[in-house]
Formats: sequence, structure tokens, C-alpha cells
Amino acid sequence: MSELQKLYDAILTGDAKSADSLTRQALVTGADPGELVSKYMIPAMDEVGRRFESEEYFVPELLLSARAMKAALELIRPLLAERGAQPAGRVVIGTVKGDLHDIGKNLVASMLEGGGFEVYDLGADVPPEKFVEAVKEKKADIVCLSALLTVTMRAMKTTIDSLKQAGVRDRVKVLVGGAPITVQYAQEIGADGYGENASVAVALARQSVTRGAAS
Amino acid sequence: MTEPRSTAYRSLAFPDPAELLFGTAARPVDCGLDLRIGAGTVFPEINFTLPPITVEAATWPEVVGHYEEIARAVVRRALALQAPGVVLEFELLPAMTENPEWGAEITRLLKRHLAEAHAVHGLRSALRVTPTDIRDQGTRPVLRSGPAWEKLKRSFELCVEAGADIISIESVGGKEVHDYGLMYGDIRAIVFALGMLAPRDMAWLWDEITSICRASGHAVPGGDTACGFANTAMQLAGQKLLPEVLAAVVRAMSAVRSLVAFEHGAVGPSKDCAYEGPVIKAITGCPISMEGKSASCAHFSPVGNIAAAMCDLWSNESVQNVRLLSGSAPEAFTELLIYDCRLMNTALRHGRALELRDWLTESDEWLSPQAAVLSPNATWKIAKAIVAEDIDYRRVIAAGHTAVRVLREGLDMKKLNLSRKEQQWLDRIENELSGLPASEDELRSEMLEQHGDLFDPASHGWD
Repeated sequence: MSELQKLYDAILTGDAKSADSLTRQALVTGADPGELVSKYMIPAMDEVGRRFESEEYFVPELLLSARAMKAALELIRPLLAERGAQPAGRVVIGTVKGDLHDIGKNLVASMLEGGGFEVYDLGADVPPEKFVEAVKEKKADIVCLSALLTVTMRAMKTTIDSLKQAGVRDRVKVLVGGAPITVQYAQEIGADGYGENASVAVALARQSVTRGAAS
Repeated sequence: MTEPRSTAYRSLAFPDPAELLFGTAARPVDCGLDLRIGAGTVFPEINFTLPPITVEAATWPEVVGHYEEIARAVVRRALALQAPGVVLEFELLPAMTENPEWGAEITRLLKRHLAEAHAVHGLRSALRVTPTDIRDQGTRPVLRSGPAWEKLKRSFELCVEAGADIISIESVGGKEVHDYGLMYGDIRAIVFALGMLAPRDMAWLWDEITSICRASGHAVPGGDTACGFANTAMQLAGQKLLPEVLAAVVRAMSAVRSLVAFEHGAVGPSKDCAYEGPVIKAITGCPISMEGKSASCAHFSPVGNIAAAMCDLWSNESVQNVRLLSGSAPEAFTELLIYDCRLMNTALRHGRALELRDWLTESDEWLSPQAAVLSPNATWKIAKAIVAEDIDYRRVIAAGHTAVRVLREGLDMKKLNLSRKEQQWLDRIENELSGLPASEDELRSEMLEQHGDLFDPASHGWD
């Protein structure tokens, strides 16, 4: 097995230590950083996604792979940035005001990180103005809003309204998710997408930045 | 060092698993308006919540209107069906704990309806009030001080003053590491959270709650729930995001932290969503509330029947105040619970409760790992393993090993079906439990080094 194939396997099996050392080794021996990402790391994460979708992997395996991917990406990102390459996208994520539930949001945040996104996690019970501030400050492409309670889901609309009032709504795609949320509700409040689970949320985020770049 | 204990249970209140029955607790609880819980009758516990609405000053009159409507409807249905008694549970929404006066206002309103029904119709009842644990939700949460704790404490005090009969909470101390443990399937982090962080927070918090209840002269400290721990695991397993065997083992281990409430003054009934309740009942003899099939309005459950096997209160968990053909949803679920209880109470009257308990058990037991650890036999074994140990850390490991053994027995008997992946996880959990250090201090040092960014040692009583 080639050393680079081992990097693919390290990510697939969630071995962050090996992913880190194999990436270092590859870079020292002159491997092209862009090629590492496109030929080995992203395909590994795609296979992880496939295994998760087909219920061969549970969340822990998925997150360990995401962590291994992140470890490798942290070494590669500065080199890509020197060449002017950008992350997959910048995401601001949080559970909306009044809602203290955050495990679903944490899951989405970790998976987005593993998917190559730069993620700014604002935590739980986040007021609309904090989302607005973060969108401006971090130059976000995507805002992910989470809610678990029927009495807090309306804060998603308030947050979207605040993004509009601050004049930043058109700059970002807003994705929503959480137990009481439906596609209809997402449409009603003017969100751009609804992720019924974490992997759908990541797929939507990818589509959002691809479409955003194309338009 | 484990927090000092006012009571440390070292034996079981029910020495024989055949005595673990619904409606029958070794230490019944008198509370509210002539209600005696755990003394031969199962009562319905109705829980409810608002439909989509923002809880704020502008909408407050509408919010109050919902609770008026709910209370009227629930009492009306309970009277129509001649319920022998009812418990209402008011779970405060976060905004109602943030504004303690709001929570108290709803408590007063609900109590007024119950008092009227008692005075006019003789309906026996109690009102359980459960403020939200709004303590610091950031990273390294500060749990024992700060404005959020002050508000939570005030909420307990005002709700008790307003007429709460039973006080409960779904406390979250330790969740800051447990969430991480669940997401990464990290057994060491899970054991640390359930065996050290959560029990230490529970000991501190329940001393506070018990003291507020005692000072009131009427409110009883009910109990806590591992909802944020084991129910999170259960729900994630239900969505195939976590292994079911992990959720089952976490359930067994979570009983240790919920037991701490009872070692610090709680007397029951424990919270409905504390599916670890049967273990608590086996150890303490206190009555428990449970939820199962009639909580399908709130969430999916793989333990719909078996959850009723040892309950003293039978709950619907939560239902929104929306209209159905038969009336409002809280009203409809009151009816459902009353009929469930009628059947159990009839079995009790005829001396055939054990038979019904065993049917409730058998119908679910081996269809899910999570049901398997809830059977009276499994409950009893887990409870026995817990009281055989003297510190929470070792209790958690013992409970975990016992749950693994229960699942293995099911596999060996070919009653429990597990996928290859689930079986691999069961092996992994067992190996990791066996590989834990004998000394809790060793694990604590390891966790401080690895996850010191997640928890605040001072909030768990460590300098």
C-alpha cells in the first residue's frame, strides 16, 4: 500500500494521529497539497459519507473520520491559502435564541468541519444580533440555525429577519434544522434549505456554496 | 473524593425482582391534594406544552390563555372518566425560568384549577413543577454560581410558593463532557461524566432543592432524570446515529447519577423521562413516573410497554396544546393515560399485577437492547451491581458491565438480535469498561488533560 493510500485509510478509519503524520511525511517528500486533498482526502470522506448513509457507520465513526480529515487539513490549509485557495465555505452555526439544545448543532458543525468548511460555532441560545455580527465579521457564506423546541423555532424567522434588516441576508445561504422543523416551515420563514439530518445538512452546504460560486 | 452523602444506599428496597411492580412502592409519597403515590394505584401524569409561539412579554396573555385552556380541559376529562387522581406536570420553558415570575404565575394558575376540582368534585391531585436547568450553557459551564443559577434558584422558590407540590429538574451537570463522549463513542469520557461530574453536580444541586422544599413545608423533592444523557443517546440510537447497545449501556450507567438525588433528599416520584427510574425504585423504594407508548405524541420509543412495568405514575411526556377531533391534544392524552392506568389498577385489584407486568415486559424485552435493560430482572441486576459498590465511579462501571452481560445473555439465548456492527460495539464497550483505571483519580487526571477545555473543575467541587 502506498503512503498516500495509507492517508486515505487513516481518514476512513478515523485515525487522526496517522492522518497527521502521513500528511506531514507526504508534504516533506514534496507531495502536491491540492492533490492530497482531491485524490485522497475528499474521496476518503466521500466513502465515509457513503458508509454513514448505508448505516455501516454510526456518528462516532463519522466524527472520528472528520477529526482525522481536519488534522490533515490543518497542515494543508496554509499551503493552499498561499496559493490563493479558499476553504469549501465559511459557516456560522448556532442554536437559536431561547433554545438550549445543542447536540444536533454540534454534530452538524463537526461534520461541516470534516467536509472542509471553516465553521464558527456560536453555541446555544444565540440572539439574532449575534448571528448578524458573526456573518459580517467572519464573511460567512452559510448560516446554519438549529432549534429543538416548538416554542423556539420561531426565533429562526426572527434571525432571518434580522439578517435582512442588517442588509446581509443576500450574502448568505440560510439552512435550518431540528426536530420540529419541516421543509414547509423552512420555506415559510424564507430559509434556503432544510436539513433533516446532519449529513443532509452537509450536502446542502456543499450545494449552496457550489451554486453560490456559479451564480 | 466523592461528595459527602446524606444517604448512601448499600442494599435494595426490593430484595426480590418479583416485588418490583407498577403502583407499588416501598416508600409511598403523600403530596398535593390527598394524593398518595406508590400505595397500590397508578395515577396518570399529564404533561403539556405550547404550540409554536414565542414566549415573551407581548405574547404572555396568549401563553396564559393556553395554560388556562389546558388545565380546564385536563380536569374536565379526568372528572368525566372518574380518574382516581391525577398529577399535572408543568415543565417550564426556558423563558419561564429566565423570568421566574412567569413560571410562578403559570404554577399558580394550574394549582387553582386543581384546587377547585378537589374542593368541588373531590379530585385528588398533585402539581409537579420542573424548572429548566438554564445554568451556564457555554463551554466549561459555571454551574454553582452566576446569574443563571440565581434565576434557577429563584424559580424553584417562587414555584414552590405558588403551589408546586412536587419539584423536579432535568439537570445537566456533566453533560458538557457526556455529549462529547456520545458523539465520539468515547467510553472513558462517558464514564467520567456519569461517574464523577454528574454525581458531584447532583449532590450539590439536590441539597439546594431539598432545602427549598423542606422550608416550604408542603413541596416534596421529586427527582431528577438523565434525560440529557441517556435519552439523548436513546433518541440518537433511534435515528441509527448511535449504536443501540451504547444507548442501553448508557441508560444503565446513568442510574448512578440519578440515584444521587435520592441520596440528597429526593423522595420521588422521579421524573417521567427518567427511564432509569426502575433501578432507582429497586434501590430506594421510592415511587417513579414513567412514559412509554402513550408518549408517542412527544417522541419515538422502543420501550413503549416495558416502561410501564414498574411505574407508579404513567405519563405522556409532553403534548402540544393543539386541536384534535376529540378535543385538545392534552385532553385526549389525559384520556389515553387514564385508560392505561385503569387496566393496571384493575390488575392490581385482582392480585394479577405480576402477570400484567410480565406481559408488558415480554412484549418488548428482546426487540431492542434498550428494552432489554429495562426488564424487572435486568433492573434488579443493575440495581444490585450499583449498591455493591461504594463510590459513583465504580458504580457506573459495575452498571455498565451488568448491562453488557444482560445483552450478552439475550444474544446467547438467541432472543436478542443484534447486527454484526452492534455486536462489535458491544465488544468494544466491554473492553473499554474493563480497561478503565481502578482509581477514579487516574481517570480524572486523564480527563483534565484531554478535556479540560470542556468542564470547569470548580463547578464540580474540585479546587
